[in-house]
Amino acid sequence: MATAPAEKRPPAKHVSLVVNGRAVELEIGSQPHQISPSHTLAHTLRETLGLTGTKVTCDNGACGTCTVLMDGAAILSCMTLTVECHGRSIISIEGLADGKTGKLDPLQQSFIDHTAFQCGFCTPGMIMSAKSLLLENPSPVEDEVKEALSGNFCRCISHYQVLRAVMAVAGKEA
Amino acid sequence: MSDEYRFIGRSTRRKDATEVVTGATRYVNDLKFAELLHGKVLRSPHPHANLKSIDKSRAEQLPGVKAVLTWEDVPDWKGGTPRITRVLDSKVRYVGDAVALVAATTEDIARQALSLIDVEYELLPAVFDVDAAMQPGAPQLYEQLPGNIVTPGMPAFGPNSLREVVMGDVEQGFGEADVIIEGTFGYENIPNPIPPEPPGAVALWEEPNRVTLWVSNQASYLDTIILHHVFGRKVEVRTHGAACGGSFGTKLLSWQLQSHAVLLSKATGRPVKLIYSKEEHIAAFVLRPGSRMQARVGMKKGGTVTAVSGKWLVDTGFYSMTTQAQVAVGCGEIQLMTRCANWDLQTAVVCTNRNASGGVRGFGGQELKCSFIPLLCQAMEQLDLDPVEFIKKNYVKPGDGYFWRDGAWYTYRGIDYSDSMEQGAQCFGWKENWQGWLQPSSVAGTKRRGVGVGVHGNADIGEDSSEAHVRLNPDGSVLLFSCITEHGTGQRSNYVKMVAEVLQVPMERVSITDADSQINPFEYGPFGSRGTYAIGSAAIRAAEDARRQLFEIIAPRLKARPDELDTADGVVFVTADPDRRTSWRAMGHERTILGYGRFDPDFTLANCMTTFVEVEVDTETGKVDLLRVVNATDVGQIIDPPGLEGQLNGCLGSSGIDSALFEETVLDDRTGHILNANMIDYKWRTFSELPSIDNVVLETPVDSNRFKAIGVGEVATSPGPMAILMAVSNAIGVWLHEYPATPERVLKALGRVKARSHTGGAA
Repeated sequence: MATAPAEKRPPAKHVSLVVNGRAVELEIGSQPHQISPSHTLAHTLRETLGLTGTKVTCDNGACGTCTVLMDGAAILSCMTLTVECHGRSIISIEGLADGKTGKLDPLQQSFIDHTAFQCGFCTPGMIMSAKSLLLENPSPVEDEVKEALSGNFCRCISHYQVLRAVMAVAGKEA
Repeated sequence: MSDEYRFIGRSTRRKDATEVVTGATRYVNDLKFAELLHGKVLRSPHPHANLKSIDKSRAEQLPGVKAVLTWEDVPDWKGGTPRITRVLDSKVRYVGDAVALVAATTEDIARQALSLIDVEYELLPAVFDVDAAMQPGAPQLYEQLPGNIVTPGMPAFGPNSLREVVMGDVEQGFGEADVIIEGTFGYENIPNPIPPEPPGAVALWEEPNRVTLWVSNQASYLDTIILHHVFGRKVEVRTHGAACGGSFGTKLLSWQLQSHAVLLSKATGRPVKLIYSKEEHIAAFVLRPGSRMQARVGMKKGGTVTAVSGKWLVDTGFYSMTTQAQVAVGCGEIQLMTRCANWDLQTAVVCTNRNASGGVRGFGGQELKCSFIPLLCQAMEQLDLDPVEFIKKNYVKPGDGYFWRDGAWYTYRGIDYSDSMEQGAQCFGWKENWQGWLQPSSVAGTKRRGVGVGVHGNADIGEDSSEAHVRLNPDGSVLLFSCITEHGTGQRSNYVKMVAEVLQVPMERVSITDADSQINPFEYGPFGSRGTYAIGSAAIRAAEDARRQLFEIIAPRLKARPDELDTADGVVFVTADPDRRTSWRAMGHERTILGYGRFDPDFTLANCMTTFVEVEVDTETGKVDLLRVVNATDVGQIIDPPGLEGQLNGCLGSSGIDSALFEETVLDDRTGHILNANMIDYKWRTFSELPSIDNVVLETPVDSNRFKAIGVGEVATSPGPMAILMAVSNAIGVWLHEYPATPERVLKALGRVKARSHTGGAA
């Protein structure tokens, strides 16, 4: 993972951040290729950077679907303004697999092995929330997993299979 | 699990698994289009009003706005059953009804343009209650529907479409009863499945009369048919079904949203994307029908139901598209669970000034039974009957008959579900926990536990038609043509699995086409639980047909008859002498083989789900905790164990069990506004509150298709709500009849708080 640049204050018309290991420089303005100060990170990821793996359900901070990692911690990208991300490192679902080999993150593989999804719309957010937990606490007990995922909405009820998928990799992370 | 199959019954990887976990799955809002415009809808703040004037000039002048449309600008396209609801009208009938449409270069500009449209409304009185709506002098929503009563019957089900249950002699039946109970019960809290993906569509119009849509719907082929009729049968419609981020029945049809996108594309000549906000999703998309049943039931001491009479009122909101179909299916389903010789159950579908109801998981039967079972419980209490014994006795048995949705009489030829009920009861520990009606199973201080049971089943597993093609390629690969979107059940992968099993090729060698209505044959769509039997049969038959053709072509080369051949892994061989073999390449390099399969409706089989629940009620706070769930069913043959588990676990969420605990849409019946149209105020279950779930799944072969399997996905949500009311009532020792069992209602039932007059729900 790339480290955040030391300069934290944004230059007047730019936001610099790292997305999935790649430096991204965004102009602030009202042209289609620019980002507005009102744009959320979810909007910028999806519409400006084309990273549509991050899904939006409520756009209101209530459901966890849009979860990404900011400097390793889970955040709601629908409640984060892109201009707040200057100097930060963002990982979205597209950035979890090994960039060189394409090998899936063990958590992604475990979701496949446990069929820990149904419609799949909430799945990227589930995986990112679980990833954040495992980065902070590599060997969580089941209640800690439940707590970490309690902000993630799923209507199909994939919860039970998700818990199994996360617990299967808990304690095994490198 | 049967050992005779190579893939069927085994846990196999979903075909789309890697895409799902890497974010590569393309839902409608993820698709890219050049020159795309964004659509938005101006919605009425009033529940009932005439549009006196609309001034759109300021909106049209906003840079970036490409079209602003009102009812005066659009063709007379109409939907609904009957087809009387205009795509845009001069009148609005609920808070949220479409007033004007905008297309602009960005969403922000489109949103801004909405605020620049000046509308003058002539307010009309509104009505929000079905009984009130039928009274003389009530506000009338449509000239064509006097008394706000929707024309009964679903034309698609034929001229005798079921609209009542009438048979035998109810007076004689009541005469034979040991107890007669009468009452009015309802399921009117409008629980919303709220799939995570908002409804949406992209439309691209091509002059003079062709349109292509990319849709997020559950049944994308059907959209082409519905829209063709809405557009006056003058427009050629093609649909691409993208991955569907949850539907639970609600995205069966989205004709209004789709029509709005089409109108905007027609007006601008550019592709237009229309995606609902979450507020629109909850307040202006499909709602569950409201159900109110005033009925009388007679019962004998042993649990024989001798007569049912009464009236079932169904609130469809401001129009109906499928509600008569839900009434027809519900009327069939109530017979499946109540073996009774004497019926006089009438129905009425009623319009009110709230957002419209539509298809939702449970499709009529859940709504009806959530009203009917509380009534049966009163009779069972009088007779001191164990509800599990009652359910076992009364669920349809082989040789029984019923009127189904087309009004015809069918004789049931499926299995007896008593075994699954019994095994579910054992897994749950029913006998140990059932202490009698209104008796808690245990008490510890202010915490009282209670148990309940519910049942539901549907003969929709063989409803409607499906077609499929299977193409064999000389390289040993296979392509299944089936117009199915993946909406979460994993069925696209399951059809691949069925085809792989028939042809004995690895699943990796079998692909399935995108859900494009132009390249695929007819497909009604994965309604109800029809996926496994109906859609699966078409895929199986197409694969069998292709296999037969393959053998006919290759037989001469192996100097054998076609019926002496078998195939596995792209090789054809003589069954009795496997060394006489050749690869599929022998069909010829310049050839493909196309098999065709079709399924025609069969209403003689039904599924069944029994759900047992245990709750703990805190009599101090009124809070109800769901501790345990056991679902019991029989599927004939499991196709995919993890997929099936997912469907059964779904009993909680998509307005199933939780619709009796805390889920409700709160409609303010003074203003017509929905007060909780967001995901903070609409309550949903989190990971921290998961009960234990055990699924008891039997596999008694059913005479359905090659794999002896039937579907159960849809019905998982339906038995739970009534089981919860039963369990809570037993826990607190007082009947609770309203959904959901909120703390306020529990404390009211216990006499700890006074009833207050409230509007809408109890939240």
